[in-house]
Amino acid sequence: MNEWLVVGGVGLAAFSGLPGLFIKRESGLGERIALALLTLATAAAGVGAVRALMAPSPEPGLALRWSVPGGMFRVHVDALSAMFLVQVFLLSFLGAVYGLAYWKQAEHPDNGRKLRLFYGVVTAAMALLVVARNAFLFLAGWEIMALAAFLLITTEDQDKRVREVGYIYLTATRIGTLCLFAMFAALFALRGDWNLEGPLDGRSSLAGGVFLLGFVGFALKAGIMPFHVWLPGAHANAPSHVSAVMSGVLIKMGIYGLVRVTSFFPSPPFWWGGVVLAFGIASGILGVAFAIGQHDIKRLLAYHSVENIGIICIGIGLALVGRTLGRPELVVLGLAGGLLHVWNHGLFKALLFLSAGSVLHATGTREIDRLGGVLKSMPRTGLAFLVGATAICGLPPLNGFVSELLIYVGLFHATVSGSGTLWLVSAFSAAGLALIGALAVACFVKVFGAVFLGEARSEVARSAHESNWRMTAPMGVLASLCLFIGLGSLLVGPILDRATAAWAPDLAAALPRAATLAPLAAISVLGVCLVVVLVAIGGWLHGRTRAAAATVEAMVSTWGCGYAAPSSRMQYTSSSFAEMLVGMFRWALRPQVHPPGPRGIFPEPTRFASHVPDTVLDGILLPGGRAVGRGFRWLRFLQAGSLHAYLLYILATLVWLLVWHGGR
Amino acid sequence: MPGKVSDTVIQAIFILVFPPLMLGVITKTKAAFAGRVGAPFLQPYYDIWKLLRKSSVFSRTTTWVFRAGPVVAVATAILAGALVPIGGRSALVAFQGDFIVLAYLLALGRFFTMAAALDTGSAFEGMGAAREATFACLAEPALVLGLLALARASGSLSLSSMLGSTMPLSWTRAGASFVLVATALFIVLLAENSRIPVDDPNTHLELTMIHEVMVLDHGGPALGLILYGASIKLFVFAAVIARLVLPVSPGSAWAAWGVAAVSVLAVAVVIGVVESTMARLRLTHIPSLLVAACLLSAFGIVLLVK
Repeated sequence: MNEWLVVGGVGLAAFSGLPGLFIKRESGLGERIALALLTLATAAAGVGAVRALMAPSPEPGLALRWSVPGGMFRVHVDALSAMFLVQVFLLSFLGAVYGLAYWKQAEHPDNGRKLRLFYGVVTAAMALLVVARNAFLFLAGWEIMALAAFLLITTEDQDKRVREVGYIYLTATRIGTLCLFAMFAALFALRGDWNLEGPLDGRSSLAGGVFLLGFVGFALKAGIMPFHVWLPGAHANAPSHVSAVMSGVLIKMGIYGLVRVTSFFPSPPFWWGGVVLAFGIASGILGVAFAIGQHDIKRLLAYHSVENIGIICIGIGLALVGRTLGRPELVVLGLAGGLLHVWNHGLFKALLFLSAGSVLHATGTREIDRLGGVLKSMPRTGLAFLVGATAICGLPPLNGFVSELLIYVGLFHATVSGSGTLWLVSAFSAAGLALIGALAVACFVKVFGAVFLGEARSEVARSAHESNWRMTAPMGVLASLCLFIGLGSLLVGPILDRATAAWAPDLAAALPRAATLAPLAAISVLGVCLVVVLVAIGGWLHGRTRAAAATVEAMVSTWGCGYAAPSSRMQYTSSSFAEMLVGMFRWALRPQVHPPGPRGIFPEPTRFASHVPDTVLDGILLPGGRAVGRGFRWLRFLQAGSLHAYLLYILATLVWLLVWHGGR
Repeated sequence: MPGKVSDTVIQAIFILVFPPLMLGVITKTKAAFAGRVGAPFLQPYYDIWKLLRKSSVFSRTTTWVFRAGPVVAVATAILAGALVPIGGRSALVAFQGDFIVLAYLLALGRFFTMAAALDTGSAFEGMGAAREATFACLAEPALVLGLLALARASGSLSLSSMLGSTMPLSWTRAGASFVLVATALFIVLLAENSRIPVDDPNTHLELTMIHEVMVLDHGGPALGLILYGASIKLFVFAAVIARLVLPVSPGSAWAAWGVAAVSVLAVAVVIGVVESTMARLRLTHIPSLLVAACLLSAFGIVLLVK
């Protein structure tokens, strides 16, 4: 029953954008039909997923014949798939509501219908791959998702920069799919059929190959450093609700793949968990370090996605290590923390991208250092961004704190009762996680302060206006969900337990409940107390301030040491705020400073710019690619440009093949 | 049980009333070094009371975030006080992993203090916020590593049991590690609470300030709340170090409270001595100091490997 609901939702979502193609481009009817179909799809699949979360149905679910050799339409919604399904449809639905006002058909007659078509297709493909239990069905969903995402990223393909980032994304995703093809072939060699289920022996070298190929392939989608090269450009240049869906859901498909493939192996070798943990910590620290150096608001948020994927990988690595060592508490805490962070990151990252899109829509610029003081003219967007920023830094009483706490407690358990070198590794991993948290706080204070607070640095920031309710309502829903999960963490405990049991069915009976291992109840109570104390003190201060006779409000300017003419350019910019931290990480970031600023005793007007390029892409891959191109220049003589020469090559190849086969 | 309820009430009152006395002790110590009489011990209480009765001035650049900054700082400091064990007795709220909750509560207070600073649109506050953000990144790993060393040595994940009655026994087994951890935590205390050599709480030059300049534009009751919250935050760090260094647990309840108060005030005296004998470090050298604290904590953990 659940499977039929989900498949119905997939079908409705896939065709949601189709009617719009047959309607005149000036009319707004197409977008309303698309939203209505997507709403129905969300309702259907949502009911199916929630029912599967509450009471998982037994295997094998739905199995229909499919004409592809080796393929079968096998679909099953277990608790693990259901968690990802909820996220796919919730964020797609909210993004579609947002898109009604953000990408109005009347304002974008050329690419609006294309956007909505592929938006529905990408939602359907992601939902399909999450419930697929056959390798070919999984790959079909994966490929459709990847190509639809490419077409979504390049929505504004008249812009050269957009086309370039689209090509980088396409290259990365093709390499990833190639790795996945190889991985599924190796899985077939291990299993003998194309079904996606365990248990398999993890100790053979073929299993090691499956893990490595799967890790690289899924890392290219998830954005684990150093496979993240497509992420910053793609998220920055896509329409904001597409960026929200991509960052909130698409990259989680890589995480889903990694979790699903590792679930087939009940006793993985230790190095699997070690690799995931190491890459997780590296992604976390370097992701947030790169984010600190950015001054494009959406690029910055994209690097934070890399950081949070790193945190999720720390949790998954911990769970794998726990499975190797037979420590069920590590499995529960690591996987529960990782999966809850998948949900939480989807929520607050989508919230941040939607509010960044709102600012972009109102001001027309993504450049942080041209904004400022936007909170005064866009109070709801600013509040939404503040909630998202507080959540992504993992601060209580919001949801990011709960998932990070689960991972922390898992690492602490490994530290306190581990032996050998494991406890040292987990102690330093916990310190790494603390470093990631502190850097995230620094970065988001920078963004929130430079964009929303202080004085406006340009005219566009001064004249911004608040967005439509269709854009602020989804932000409000996401912000409330962040607060709800933060204060009501006890309610998510059972869901996480079922998902962990679905991941490790062999341990299912012996797994302790997440709520007993981690202080979820205490966190909820503490969160509520914090809110109460905040309201109490805030109300008291407000009353006290009002009661004082001589309180002066909003009539004077900020005290500036007696300086009589303060200007908005005297404020700290985002680059000045981040300067010390960028300097500390300059071994990785390699910041570039463009033609020098003022020189000499009587300087002339000059320019100064600094920016932080992506080290892996701009420092290694692109120069490396250019060097390879130069190295193969000697082969260019073959590309004469003449059709006759190419026909000659085809003829020669045919003759050679006939001779070779004729001779055999 | 009446006994437990009155204990809880006494502990709550202790956390809420005692901390500003520490500031007074620090000032008296510095005055003694300088050959002055100095302000009275209770001066911080008089200052807070004076500020609470004043009126406020709000700049037209600021928004509600500016007014929320002090509120969040005080609220998080109070809840952190509820999480910290005093003397050998358990904290008001204790559970597994409470020390990371404490660190993140203080981080929440820091987030909103920095946001309120940036809300003024002035270069001074922006400078203080930038410095604070950078130094916190280095202080957090030192704090977490130090507390993890304590956790490993005591075999428990709650601050109250880490610093509880097993402390003297842990000292015999892991004394060297604890010395390093205590030093590291003391450096983190100096950094997080704007003490010399990281920051000068009495400087009048905005260019040399970190915490003082972040709150430069606040006045009146808000400034009183900021001063009060800062004293509670100092008390939280000092209570942990005091218990770590002096794990004495006399039998009677009143003697225990006395020992707790005296040991925390002893930490305040040590802070005063450090402030009087050292000058503020050059700003570019502060990261080195904090990295040294991280290394001390790391070696504290490594020393626990058997």
